[in-house]
Amino acid sequence: MAMKNGSILEIAGLTKNYCAENGSIVHALQGIDLDIAANDFVCVVGPSGCGKSTLLRIMAGLDRQTDGVARYLGKPIDRPTPQIGMVFQEYSLLPWRTVIDNVGLGPEFAKVPKRQRLLLATEFLQLVGLERFAHAYPHELSGGMRQRVAIARALANDPDVLLMDEPFGALDAHTRILLQKELLSIWERHRKTIVFVTHSVDEAIFLADRICVMSGTSGRIMEMIDVTMPRPRERSNPFYGQLAERILRMLEGEVVKMGVL
Amino acid sequence: MRRLLLRALLPAITPLLLLAVWQVAAVRVDNRIILPPMMDVLHLIIHPTEDLLSMGSLLSNITISLARVMAGYLLAVVLAVTIGITMGYYRPLFRTFSLFFALFRPIPPLAWVPLVLAWFGVASFATLAGLEYGLWYMYLNNLKISMVFIIFIGGFYPVLTSTIQGVQSVRTTLLDSARVLGAGEMAIFTKVLLPAAAPAIVTGMRIGLGVAWMCLVSAEMLPGSLSGIGYLITHAFTVARTDVVIAGMISIGVVGAAIDFIFRFFEERTFSWQRRSR
Repeated sequence: MAMKNGSILEIAGLTKNYCAENGSIVHALQGIDLDIAANDFVCVVGPSGCGKSTLLRIMAGLDRQTDGVARYLGKPIDRPTPQIGMVFQEYSLLPWRTVIDNVGLGPEFAKVPKRQRLLLATEFLQLVGLERFAHAYPHELSGGMRQRVAIARALANDPDVLLMDEPFGALDAHTRILLQKELLSIWERHRKTIVFVTHSVDEAIFLADRICVMSGTSGRIMEMIDVTMPRPRERSNPFYGQLAERILRMLEGEVVKMGVL
Repeated sequence: MRRLLLRALLPAITPLLLLAVWQVAAVRVDNRIILPPMMDVLHLIIHPTEDLLSMGSLLSNITISLARVMAGYLLAVVLAVTIGITMGYYRPLFRTFSLFFALFRPIPPLAWVPLVLAWFGVASFATLAGLEYGLWYMYLNNLKISMVFIIFIGGFYPVLTSTIQGVQSVRTTLLDSARVLGAGEMAIFTKVLLPAAAPAIVTGMRIGLGVAWMCLVSAEMLPGSLSGIGYLITHAFTVARTDVVIAGMISIGVVGAAIDFIFRFFEERTFSWQRRSR
């Protein structure tokens, strides 16, 4: 359980409305309350369009909420900060820069001298096993390798919190499982706080300490689920299947309500 | 080996065919004012430093024209890229000025001539610099403000349009991820926007230089002009020297094509990342 005093991210009464193209008001998020403890791995699942990405973008300081507050270590988040990193689904690497220059981007913005920044970038490339590709360009890498680079780049900034917006969503199933395992091992060694948005229930159960299930219609949190299964988790564990079944049923109801089916 | 030869030969077929048709037609027409023999024109082109119609050589006139085009074009590039990047990035600025620029864009550069003449007359950059004699006077007096203005108008819009388009089509994810990594506004401009939009900007610059070069003849027909390849053509026409007209046209074509080729070469080497990352 997250304890109040240990929380690194606090979200209280967070509401986000925006104007749709036809002029109607969309309630993307309504009164979201969420406390995330340091070193926690929280997954946010929900049907497409439920506002989970919006929630992440507000935590990153990229979007502004309509109401409520998001705090990092007690301070309201009103702009991006290097302490809160983010990994996007795809196309976030600068295509004209080599892999190593992409990974060194954060330190470069922080005006770290070139030599030091190269060392740093090499270190994090090694962490994701891509040091051999330091001088390749993003278009020469596979989708999975590109996401590894994106993760290395976020980590090279040494953030406390890593926000991940469906980072493995565009990958094939096999690569996806491989990267999930790599991410867990990085998380266990580096003890970052991770908030991970996904639409895959399987992925959420494999990764998360806690799963935040979002409603598709109201922009609210339906349920917070603690995943107590020991790590490393086996997909053959009967609890795994039962939990997946339970969450999927909740989401199914939501999808029907949204009128998507 | 044979395929290589074929590849080198293919582009040469149509020009050679044209020359052959020209030669045959010239013999048939037998009137050097309507169609001079190919050899006459070829002679002029092979001897570009020969004085023509006591107006200086083909080469010296091309040089003067190039200087005029460059003056107008560089001005156009500096202004269009600056305005284009800011307009592409800041939506409110785009909304404020896009109608303004759209209104002026359809006006052909040639249509500006009367107005430009009324404004600047025969004033040149020498007038601006306050020079009335000397070596620099000689150089700068060839750069009439009205000519440079016409060329500027021609070069400005292609660069502006493609810069705006280039900046606006930069993926939001690139900007967002730079911001999250701690990029300030200045770094966003220099390290993300500019390099991401660079291929579009350079394409616009290539097209802009082409248009600027095409505005040359209309610019050099303006009063006060006594030199330049465009003026050479118009003057040769009035004295019925069609061979000089054609030689001048060919040189304009060759120079324009050469500029385009250099630009493309540079584009392909520098921006190969863009072609290969979809």
